[in-house]
Amino acid sequence: MLRFLLRRLGLFALTLLAVISVSFFLMRSVRGGPFSSERSLDVVVERNLEARYHLDWPLWKQYLQYVGPVNMDERGPVWLGGDGTDALGGVLVGDLGPSFKYKDFTVNDIIAQSLPLSVALGSVALGWAILLGLSTGIASALHRGTRIDLGLRLLATAGIALPNFVIAAILILVFVFALDWFPVAGWGTPAHLILPGLALGAPFAAYISRLTRTGMLEVLSEDYIRTAHAKGLHPRTVLLRHAIGGGILPVITYLGPATAGVLTGSLVIERIFNIPGTGSHFINSALNRDYTLAMGVTILYTVLVYSLNTLVDLAYTLIDPRIQLEDS
Amino acid sequence: MLASLVVLGILFPVLRVLGAARLERADLVINNGAEVSSLDPAAVSGVPEGRVMYSLYEGLTVRHPKTLEPLPGMARAWEVSEDRLTWTFQLREEARWSNGDALGAEDFAWSWKRLLLPETAATYGYQLWYIEGAKDFTQTPSNTPQDRWWFDGERYLHWSAERPESLRAGLHRFGQPWRKLVHEPGSREELMQALAAQLGRAELQGPGVARRNPALFEAQAGAQEPAALLSKDPYFGGWLLELPLAGRSLAEATRGWLPEPEAREELFWPRVGIQVKDAHTLQVKLNAPTPFFIELVSFYPTFPVHRATLERARREYPSTWQVEWIKTGTIVTNGPYVITERRINDRIRVRKNKHYWDRDNVAMESIDLLALEHYGTMLNLYLTGGADWIDKCGPNLIPRMLPREDFTPVPYLGTYFYRINVHKPPLDDKRVRRALALSIDRLAVCQKITKKGELPNWALCPDNLPGYQRPDMPHAPVDADYGNYAAALASDREEARGLLREAGYGPGGKPFPPIEILYNTSEVHRDIAEVLADDWRNELGIDAKLLNQEWKVYLASQRSVDFDLARSAWIGDYADPNTFVDLFVSDGNNNRTGWANADYDALVEAARVEPDKLQRLDYLAQAEAILMDELPVLPIYTYVTQNLVNPRLGGFHENLQDDHFPKFFYWMSDAELEAKRAAQAPGQLPAEAPGPSAGLYSPNQQRAQQEAH
Repeated sequence: MLRFLLRRLGLFALTLLAVISVSFFLMRSVRGGPFSSERSLDVVVERNLEARYHLDWPLWKQYLQYVGPVNMDERGPVWLGGDGTDALGGVLVGDLGPSFKYKDFTVNDIIAQSLPLSVALGSVALGWAILLGLSTGIASALHRGTRIDLGLRLLATAGIALPNFVIAAILILVFVFALDWFPVAGWGTPAHLILPGLALGAPFAAYISRLTRTGMLEVLSEDYIRTAHAKGLHPRTVLLRHAIGGGILPVITYLGPATAGVLTGSLVIERIFNIPGTGSHFINSALNRDYTLAMGVTILYTVLVYSLNTLVDLAYTLIDPRIQLEDS
Repeated sequence: MLASLVVLGILFPVLRVLGAARLERADLVINNGAEVSSLDPAAVSGVPEGRVMYSLYEGLTVRHPKTLEPLPGMARAWEVSEDRLTWTFQLREEARWSNGDALGAEDFAWSWKRLLLPETAATYGYQLWYIEGAKDFTQTPSNTPQDRWWFDGERYLHWSAERPESLRAGLHRFGQPWRKLVHEPGSREELMQALAAQLGRAELQGPGVARRNPALFEAQAGAQEPAALLSKDPYFGGWLLELPLAGRSLAEATRGWLPEPEAREELFWPRVGIQVKDAHTLQVKLNAPTPFFIELVSFYPTFPVHRATLERARREYPSTWQVEWIKTGTIVTNGPYVITERRINDRIRVRKNKHYWDRDNVAMESIDLLALEHYGTMLNLYLTGGADWIDKCGPNLIPRMLPREDFTPVPYLGTYFYRINVHKPPLDDKRVRRALALSIDRLAVCQKITKKGELPNWALCPDNLPGYQRPDMPHAPVDADYGNYAAALASDREEARGLLREAGYGPGGKPFPPIEILYNTSEVHRDIAEVLADDWRNELGIDAKLLNQEWKVYLASQRSVDFDLARSAWIGDYADPNTFVDLFVSDGNNNRTGWANADYDALVEAARVEPDKLQRLDYLAQAEAILMDELPVLPIYTYVTQNLVNPRLGGFHENLQDDHFPKFFYWMSDAELEAKRAAQAPGQLPAEAPGPSAGLYSPNQQRAQQEAH
């Protein structure tokens, strides 16, 4: 277990460095800069602005400054020509730098403000997606070939096919304008999270439902299930004790990327319901050429995907004793 | 066990976030349209930022919410000298910062110096360049640890060890524009003499080598655009002195050879026309009579910032002070409201400033400025009473909103137009540009695409500038109700075909090469570009292709004039034609067409120094007439506002600049609302007008008190 985690940690460091390097240089090669606007700046003003964010440095030096751990500017260590007031800096010491667009905030501030909200919204979405997806998937598998199965599968297909903004629009029409049960947008009370959570989780619920159905069908035809039935166990015991564990393995695999997706990919839902989570930063930072914020959320996404995948691998061993960590 | 841990792990952040987020509804909820980039008046430009600035800060003057005329703000009175060059502002003695500190002339002088300092890199710093010496103050070399200056009151010597191996020095004349330097570099002798003089020697025997500045030398030979070069090397003159440092530091290398440098601010600041006469008197000397200067001092870049807070942050947080002084709870401001809550992409919550001088006339206890960008969401919020004013309306919904009493678009100071690359054949032919301009169906653009009642425009300036007679480009006259529009357009198009033939294109002539129409990603811009392309294809037989670029790429293309025709727009900063006409002077930063015309430049310059108001406007009109004859731009339409506003909101008026000032907002009583409705044009659909009585708002005693007066 420890060896597994250590190896994962080593791989993680390499992956992160690769992601940072590739995205840093890719982003700088795109046309347009963070300070261009409809009104051109005076050349001297522009030069000073660039100097303030070190954009006038050669790219390799900017890269070193960004990655750290040593500050390359005038505040850096004395042996680099700085005055030593702030020798450390950069991603390696957890400093993601100042945002170019939101000048009053550091990237750390922005992520600290928006991530908890995305976690809250994502939890609601994933929670109900798992609840609904598992139960309908199991019901579908148990009633294979019946009208129940057909109906649930239709619903799941619709959930995957309909984009979540369409689902959001339908939810708003029904629950806000027709029934007046929920607020239309914003956040602040649990009621504010229900509609966006439903809309965000719908495609995930549908996908989980289908994965569960397939997984369960496979497990239900296994020999050990027949043995369990032959032993005379109650069908409910067979289902809960023996079948589910194996049947939902594909769902567990899917949960890693799904969680990362829910936490970071909720741009459209966040916009429609005006929830200030991380989702919008993924797109807007790139459009604004907010280099540091774009890098910050890229790093965040990498960390999330990587650690969630590791958790998924750990979860396998808990659910299915046939799988061992050393093999993975 | 594991399951309950997971559930707890999920529930905890949800509850924590929700617990922290609970806020009562503010007295007034405004959709501000976007997250603001900063709360620092020197760092921002843009409409959403403006609304926050007008809530948190106040300038020397404020503007009337309807007429936009200057009213006393931090200054209780002001006067201007006979020659209109010297303005004297009397600040009010009771003016306070939001922490109770007294606010005086010194605060303004310091804040304006900060705005002008090059290292502040203020976007809108040039708004104060009308003040004597201010532009030079900003454009003198930056204050990095490598820079040194010496100044004899007229010329200054600037030296710097930009590159580790050598020192460079240049000689400049204070008050001489950089662009002039490019074309008239100081001589080698001058530089050497200056160095010698300040070393106290008859002749320079330094170890350096003086040589031509290669960058500027190229510029002289016309190898490159001056603007492009200046961005490379803006700080050195035509002659450079290069001195090998040989591994020594700058201080070591110049010890005993060049004097100890003086602080830049002490050298140059006294030459800037901003003077503190006494604690409450500020005097400003201008370069030229600038009739709109009184408007500029109500514009947010000129708002004061609290020096003590900023300097404390600088001391306490040497590396992160830029984000520390501006934090909610730390920042100190001087406007009608103070900030109490700020969440990125969500809202800014402000509450009444109890130290504000005119607090008795501020009605709203609290205001929320939301950052909603989604058209549907803001409308939903407005229709369900969650917002009282939204600043935009989705294009699809406009026909349904137009009949309502809460949606009354009016033209404002903005022009939608196309820039033309005048160096790109065949667009370098003025007849071709005129043919393109004449054959556009502007009314179709306004009525079928933008739909809010935009006005077709045949000039650069909008038609609503006070006192200004706008010269349209010559075209068949159109009635005010557009009754004869079709006939006028047909005759314009006839003329266009003739012009194109004259230029040698069309049947019997050369084939017209295909042209590209550049626009930034947006449905409306695309639709308008399609109308133009159709008009040119059908009327002139020109093959026009559409080219769509993402915003920042489009800006880069515009800047380098890398296009044939490019969609553009300009929103005026102040109600004067200069804000538009000034764009197209030959070396203007925002020209971006390659067009240069000496007569035009001369007229704009003549207007700048002209004290007589009417004569000045006449010069500007003459300049615009040249522009409309040469047509490096194709005017399309004048913008209209698109506010949806709760009819009960008092102190809100549609105006020329679509600027609205939270200071004046209040909730109307039923009687006042009735009176307002009786006065407005009949036939408008009444909209819901919730107010404090609907139970949505906190009790509004202030307003009641006011009414009792």
